[in-house]
Amino acid sequence: MSAPAMSRRSALGWMLTLLAASALAMPGTSLAASNDASVLRMVPQADLKILDPVWTTATVTRDHGFMIYDTLFGMTDKGEVKPQMVDTFSHSADGKEWTFTLRSGLAFHDGAPVTSADVVASIKRWGSRASVGQLLITATKNIEAVNEKSFKIELNKPFGFMLDALGNPNNPLFIMPKRIADTPGTTQISEAIGSGPYMFKKDEYSPGSKVVYVRNPKYVPRKEPASGTAGGKTVYVDRVEWVMLPDAQTQANALVSNSVDLIERIPPEQYSAFKNDPNVVMAKQVGQGSIVMAFNHLTAPFNNPKIARAAMLAVNQQALMRAQFIAPEMFSTNASIYANGTIYWSDHTAGFTGKPQFAEAKKLLKEAGYDGKPVVMLAPTDHSTHNKYPLVMAALLRQAGFNVNVQSMDWQTEISRRAKKEPADQGGWNIFMTGFYAVDMMNPIVMAPLTGSGDKGWFGWPTSEKVEQLKTAFVEEMDPAKKKQLAAELQEEVLSKALFVPLGEYVPYTAMRKNVSGLVKAPVNVFWGIRKN
Amino acid sequence: MFLFILRRILSIIPVLAIVALIVFMMLHLVPGDPAAIIVGDNGTLEDIARVRAQLGLNESLPLQFWHWLLRLLQGDLGHSIFIPQSVASLIGQRIGPTLSLGLLTLVVTVLLAVPLGTIAAWKRNSWIDRSLMATSAVGFSVPAFVVGYLFIWLFGLHLHWFPVQGYTPMAQGFGAWLQGLVLPSLTLSMVYIALIARVTRAAVSEALTEDYIRTARSKGISEWRVLMRHALANAAVPIVTVVGIGVALLITGVVVTETVFAIPGLGRLTVDSVLSRDFPVIQGVTLFFSFVYVLVNLLVDLSYLLLDPRIRY
Repeated sequence: MSAPAMSRRSALGWMLTLLAASALAMPGTSLAASNDASVLRMVPQADLKILDPVWTTATVTRDHGFMIYDTLFGMTDKGEVKPQMVDTFSHSADGKEWTFTLRSGLAFHDGAPVTSADVVASIKRWGSRASVGQLLITATKNIEAVNEKSFKIELNKPFGFMLDALGNPNNPLFIMPKRIADTPGTTQISEAIGSGPYMFKKDEYSPGSKVVYVRNPKYVPRKEPASGTAGGKTVYVDRVEWVMLPDAQTQANALVSNSVDLIERIPPEQYSAFKNDPNVVMAKQVGQGSIVMAFNHLTAPFNNPKIARAAMLAVNQQALMRAQFIAPEMFSTNASIYANGTIYWSDHTAGFTGKPQFAEAKKLLKEAGYDGKPVVMLAPTDHSTHNKYPLVMAALLRQAGFNVNVQSMDWQTEISRRAKKEPADQGGWNIFMTGFYAVDMMNPIVMAPLTGSGDKGWFGWPTSEKVEQLKTAFVEEMDPAKKKQLAAELQEEVLSKALFVPLGEYVPYTAMRKNVSGLVKAPVNVFWGIRKN
Repeated sequence: MFLFILRRILSIIPVLAIVALIVFMMLHLVPGDPAAIIVGDNGTLEDIARVRAQLGLNESLPLQFWHWLLRLLQGDLGHSIFIPQSVASLIGQRIGPTLSLGLLTLVVTVLLAVPLGTIAAWKRNSWIDRSLMATSAVGFSVPAFVVGYLFIWLFGLHLHWFPVQGYTPMAQGFGAWLQGLVLPSLTLSMVYIALIARVTRAAVSEALTEDYIRTARSKGISEWRVLMRHALANAAVPIVTVVGIGVALLITGVVVTETVFAIPGLGRLTVDSVLSRDFPVIQGVTLFFSFVYVLVNLLVDLSYLLLDPRIRY
């Protein structure tokens, strides 16, 4: 028996050698106590897989963009557009010729100075993909560099949305080096080089695990105090690590045990625990998120506007939001399609109050001759901020006289299913809910669900010529008061025909260790200005 | 024996081919479109169609399978749909934490389960035996994520003995590496310990009833020597067999444990890829796990030669 015994020992030796080799060789995510004041460890709201902010509209990619790129204009937390990379600008009396001059000292992370040629290339690429950018390009006759620091945009028609477009944080115009920006908008860029306050560490990028940014030592912040995406983007930490922790409980454990410093977006179920933890503070950085219910207007029964409006009148925002967010501090009701507190918010809601009007809903259903065909509602069970509305909404619709079939699935299946235009019994759908940040719902141009172009528009595909006409008029209008009037008319059109329905708003809380401060209030998540003691 | 090894290695090919086909079909039959995920919430149908075309997802399924198979035969597992990296490099990037966790779990399991099972067999029907077997039933029944969260609460958040999540490579210090892996490997080993302790008990119990044990005892050999040199050595084949089969349990457990403890290994990669419908990565990782499983069981078969001199291939 001695020979086998020797071999067993030898096998064990091989095993231990393999163990040591594997453990030594591979990188990892060390999450020991986060005490280094120069390193900010934070959990972003999603994994960063796509680095090109033009190629996708994913929120996490936009957040990544604000880390490493700068923008021509920024938006304050009050919604005002202010110059950022731009030093001065002017326009002709008829508003058809705009000239911009860049401020001094702007440089990309590779050391090259930012020139107007880089800006022109970036505008063209952005304009080929982003909806706001496409509007600008459509209105543009010519765009060219005047000299190293100045560029000119000549328009072929009035475009009252110029500064809002260039400074919009929803689909931001990030400035890239020309050699990168010359990549077609349909192809992903391969380099992440900007002129923003942080630099991307490509060598430490581990998708699904960790993303690392370091302070850009050459960045020259503006003199004004930071506000939103405008003002001085001053960085007080040397390094920011985005640590990917998809599980809500794992995130909470990491923050409580001081393994991370900040959770960008807390799940509702963690609110009470964090509120009672003396080492954790919660802050509101971005505006409230808006929840929207969309109908498939191409197929029965919601191809009948009366039936869509009947469903809208069954909405009880208080009940829906309470079920999803539990704590009253985490939500509010809002019958307007524009986010509470933003410029275009309006009380012209065409009779929609966010409170149930079952008698009116039943009357409309009867008039429309609803035949009792089941309404298929998509319910994402794994989405911590969207999974309870469908159950409550189904109960409300049943009270109004609808026959409802709630179909449960994971979120990724839902966003694939909602792209199907077929009738619900052929793999399509009738109702789904989704959410947007306030920045995505603050004006008619950036609001994805606000389309009237039928099957060319956003999911649900409502047809309304009036919506398209009003949007065009809004883009061209220069007078702020008239813009506001047009925005209110758009809202009335949406709610009178139930093109989509606002279900209420939630407050996206950020949780931080108490030694972290300086979170800048902004329309989107930004991470300059943060200090760690 | 050489012919046996060659035959077994060749037999891996049809196994992997069947796995590849099943995984490919299952993935493409499951609802979910990576293009819809890529374009984001503000994307339109036009955007989705553009991305689908770019990714080659509009091709027929047989054609997509054929293209994937051709690349596979050239040793190319393809590229991730989302991340600008090859599947092979993603696996390479994530294999370290998983290997560390898996092998440490295996070591912990063998060091705990075999002695416990042997003691239970030796003290069969005593309170020790009943306690061990009852405990192993609990270990077998409680899901890994429950055990993991309980360990985190007790040893991480309450006692502050171990970090609650993350992975530290050994290059940054053996102590830190080990400290970070203690809770995950204990969590992962629970089911495994329960399984192997029960098999060890059964195998050693059976061996203890054999004539050669009675002979050894009648010769006056110490009970320790009887247990270790005669009973356990002869019970080794079924134990090692179950260790091999249990690798499947280990792989399943890695997926859950790495998620609970935020370890950036292959398990997390699998979960992330499934959630985002990153087909090439799921296919690549599944094939890799299948290959490991088949390979481990081949090694187990070969180990019989060492464990039992009567076995010849």
